[in-house]
Amino acid sequence: MSNKPTPRVRVPANAKKDEIIEIKTLISHEMESGQRRSADGKTIPRKIINTFTAAFNGKVFFEATWHPSVSANPYQSMFFRASESGEFAFSWKDDDGSVYESKAKLTVA
Amino acid sequence: MAQRAAQTRRETLIAGMASFAAAAIAPSLALADAAAVEAEIKKLYGDKKAEAGRIKLDVPQIAENGLVVPINVEVESPMTAADHVKSVHVFADGNPLPGIVSYRFTPESGRAAASARMRLAQTQNIICIAEMADGKLFTARSEVKVTIGGCGG
Repeated sequence: MSNKPTPRVRVPANAKKDEIIEIKTLISHEMESGQRRSADGKTIPRKIINTFTAAFNGKVFFEATWHPSVSANPYQSMFFRASESGEFAFSWKDDDGSVYESKAKLTVA
Repeated sequence: MAQRAAQTRRETLIAGMASFAAAAIAPSLALADAAAVEAEIKKLYGDKKAEAGRIKLDVPQIAENGLVVPINVEVESPMTAADHVKSVHVFADGNPLPGIVSYRFTPESGRAAASARMRLAQTQNIICIAEMADGKLFTARSEVKVTIGGCGG
């Protein structure tokens, strides 16, 4: 996949205080495992997203380490306890050093 | 005599087929096994014993496509500062590498639950280990039967 990975995040825009909300994320990425061989017998080098982090108002509340056995176009869902209004920052770290980011606002009533 | 010769040929044929089948079944990749998973867990937690329970590991019993197998892990916990789930590690004992995902939770997570999708090379066990804020370990396992392997082989 030569296209730049595109993250997609689904977060509710509003929540009540102390409500536990579900967050769903998806990013387009090949997640090349480093186990496959090309037609000429060479190992295709590993290139995966190895870390996913979810932060709210600058504080990380969930982190995932992904290994090569995570499927292509990785999906990740998690939960968050809404306490105050603010902004989510999600980031995906690639083996090649790139970081893909996505932000979302949450209003707590 | 002729009949006997035919039998011998058949036996030879069967023997040949059997060895061919064995070669075809034998994995071309070095796959991880239960011992590799145990070694990984030992690396994390040493000889500490893990109890059964508290983890709800939701994986399909049969996965038709090993490339995309849904996995949902939830650990029972009030998720307060004093009593929450710190981390969850998921392993597989029949993939080229034992690790699948590792999660780190905080009290702000609200619920120690997460879902993802994984690749499975063959029918194997999924092993899950959760560490609580007080250091207690819980473990769960579940077998997934894979119809088509998912490692590009």
